[in-house]
Amino acid sequence: MTKQNQPTDYGHPVQLRTEHFYYDNSIVRAFGMATVIFGIVGMLAGLWAAIQIYYPQASLGLAPTTFGRMRPLHTNAIIFAFVGNASFAGIYYSLQRLCKSRLFSDKLSWIHFWGWQAIIAAAAITLLMGKTTGKEYAELEWPIDIAITLVWVIFGINMFGTIFKRREKHLYVAIWFYIATWVTVAMLHIVNSFEIPVSFMKSYSWYAGVQDALVQWWYGHNAVAFFLTTPVLGLMYYYLPKAANRPVYSYRLSIIHFWALIFIYIWAGPHHLLYTALPDWAQSLGVVFSVMLIAPSWGGMLNGLFTLRGAWDKVREDPVLKFMVVAITCYGMATFEGPLLSLKSVNAISHFSDWTIAHVHIGGLGWNGFMAFAILYYMVPKMWGTSLYSKKLATNHFWLGTIGIVIYAVPLYWAGFEQSIMWKSFTPEGQLKFQFLDTVNSIKPFYILRSIGGSLYLVGAFFMVYNLYKTMKAGSFVPNEPAEAMPLIKIKSEQKEYWHRIIERKPATLLVLSLIVVAIGGFIELVPTFLIKSNVPTITSVKPYTPLELQGRDIYIREGCYTCHSQMVRPFRDEVARYGEYSKAGEFVYDHPFQWGSKRTGPDLAREGGKYPDSWHYNHMYDPGTMSPGSIMPAYAWLLENRLDTASTPAKIRAMQKLGVPYADGYAQNANSDLMQQADSITAGLKKDKINTASDKEIVALIAYLQRIGRDIKGEQNSTAAQLNK
Amino acid sequence: MSVIIILLIISISIAAVFLAAFLWSVKTGQFEDDFSPASRILFDDKTKPTN
Repeated sequence: MTKQNQPTDYGHPVQLRTEHFYYDNSIVRAFGMATVIFGIVGMLAGLWAAIQIYYPQASLGLAPTTFGRMRPLHTNAIIFAFVGNASFAGIYYSLQRLCKSRLFSDKLSWIHFWGWQAIIAAAAITLLMGKTTGKEYAELEWPIDIAITLVWVIFGINMFGTIFKRREKHLYVAIWFYIATWVTVAMLHIVNSFEIPVSFMKSYSWYAGVQDALVQWWYGHNAVAFFLTTPVLGLMYYYLPKAANRPVYSYRLSIIHFWALIFIYIWAGPHHLLYTALPDWAQSLGVVFSVMLIAPSWGGMLNGLFTLRGAWDKVREDPVLKFMVVAITCYGMATFEGPLLSLKSVNAISHFSDWTIAHVHIGGLGWNGFMAFAILYYMVPKMWGTSLYSKKLATNHFWLGTIGIVIYAVPLYWAGFEQSIMWKSFTPEGQLKFQFLDTVNSIKPFYILRSIGGSLYLVGAFFMVYNLYKTMKAGSFVPNEPAEAMPLIKIKSEQKEYWHRIIERKPATLLVLSLIVVAIGGFIELVPTFLIKSNVPTITSVKPYTPLELQGRDIYIREGCYTCHSQMVRPFRDEVARYGEYSKAGEFVYDHPFQWGSKRTGPDLAREGGKYPDSWHYNHMYDPGTMSPGSIMPAYAWLLENRLDTASTPAKIRAMQKLGVPYADGYAQNANSDLMQQADSITAGLKKDKINTASDKEIVALIAYLQRIGRDIKGEQNSTAAQLNK
Repeated sequence: MSVIIILLIISISIAAVFLAAFLWSVKTGQFEDDFSPASRILFDDKTKPTN
């Protein structure tokens, strides 16, 4: 850039050439199509899973379509495929227009697109096959984790490249939200995905027990924050003003709430672990930050709704605005409810119940789903150079969706509250008033209602597919949309000088900064060692799993048992009475990954070991209804047929040893003989109960694990439970 | 609970990144004008003679 060409703000004559360029609509179309397809797929998976809760036979008796595998498929499809693709579509559309620049690289755009779709396809296949890490919303196995990292980096280069070559000096607030999304998700994903590979599609979490739980929910909550919230808020700040054709209510507020939001969000995670074995102070930290979050969250919501002040007549006319108003309202409701649920006294009732499911679906169906629909209804007519095929159909979609959300959420709130209160009810004699199964049966009608609400929502989405299809037919797609803008000169030259000056003047500062960066890197490499050392058991009677139990545990993870069963007895009278002694952090030191769960569709299993005979478990897995009449648990008949893969045992033992689990040196070689010995003793026991099975069946390993859970501590100390039971 | 040290370090370094971004944005005058950016996005830059 020559000096005389440099424009100045006012008064000086400047020489500028308007530049002509094209916005890339093709990539937006691709991500938009993927949004629609995976939205439908994800919702169908959700509906199927929802029906299975009250009608377990809907699993068709097949392993891949059973709830424990369908539920991760549903959550991953909705979060990463539906909302992910919608965000990418919306970001790529708006970023170009906000930066007045085509995307940085067409090639990177397409690598991003196909890479992401390949990840989704791999996720769908592996999750249905039961390849899972067993950590919620981070179920994908290590090769896919690496692929996600790579594609995310591509996305980052493409986004920052576009920002760097922008023709608009000011970074509109939406871009800040996009940047925060990218930075934070990259970090979260990498930290939570530390795992040690055992084989191509099997790994163990680097962290164990309570530490794993903390990392997981630090990740889990921030995934909500930075994958489902910040990108969508960014979209709101672009598409809402555009659709309403009026500026955002307060630009200043948008800036303030952005910075407040990203600085506060990061520590809210521990509110998922209230009353668990996580240390109290960490729980309280999570509560404090969660409560503070209401301010920036509502800042965003109010800013969105106030943008429509004086324009509510437009809301009556325009389906895009209709969707956005309900989306933003749902965001406000969910972010009010979130801090509320983070209060320990509320959480004591809500946690593990369907209340949480209702809460996340206000966010998922209302905020994320409706925002995705809104931006699709906005972008498609624009990119096809036409108007929406049918406003009426879109309005019908809107009403079906809205009513669907209500019919989905209200019964689940009711169910969650009712069931939790039943769990906690005692008779005047001090006995638990209800069996677990009683509480399940009492809320079955609500489960049915919920799936009706979900169906309505899904039907609405089909309306959209048809409407968008007709709109596309009516218009003609503009793959490259011409645009023009003045080049941006000033900022570049000035910025260069600025950084240059720092290097010249403050080499010491730079040195210190680079040292810090390196130290952080080094520390991250070293910390796992510290972790292992700190994993020295605090309860001496807690021993590593036997090889057979370890294999059984992997089956437990594979079948997604954690999606319905917790392994965490909270220190409440009812839970101690129902399940046994409350859980201690020291019990989980060999649990890679932790399996505390987050939902009790079935009872807690933390003290399952020794509760029932082996034969009970055998029959129960074959047909749960025979052992607990009215049970909604699906049958796992294939476990009785499948042969246990003992070839993997040595690798598994070695991986655990690397993670600091104290198996004797060289134990990996002998592990399988111990395994067979234990399996034989279980089959011998089953034979006494007139059940004939071979020792090499998966069911034997699973029984071994189930009979082990929570047992170590039982022998040593039972006084606490006895005292609390009095 | 040593894992909390990692989480702290990573969270704080991310916060530091954001802080640096914030300081940069303030210094380069990103937030000096909190009125016109909101309106500016409403104008489409379709190909037509500007001004």
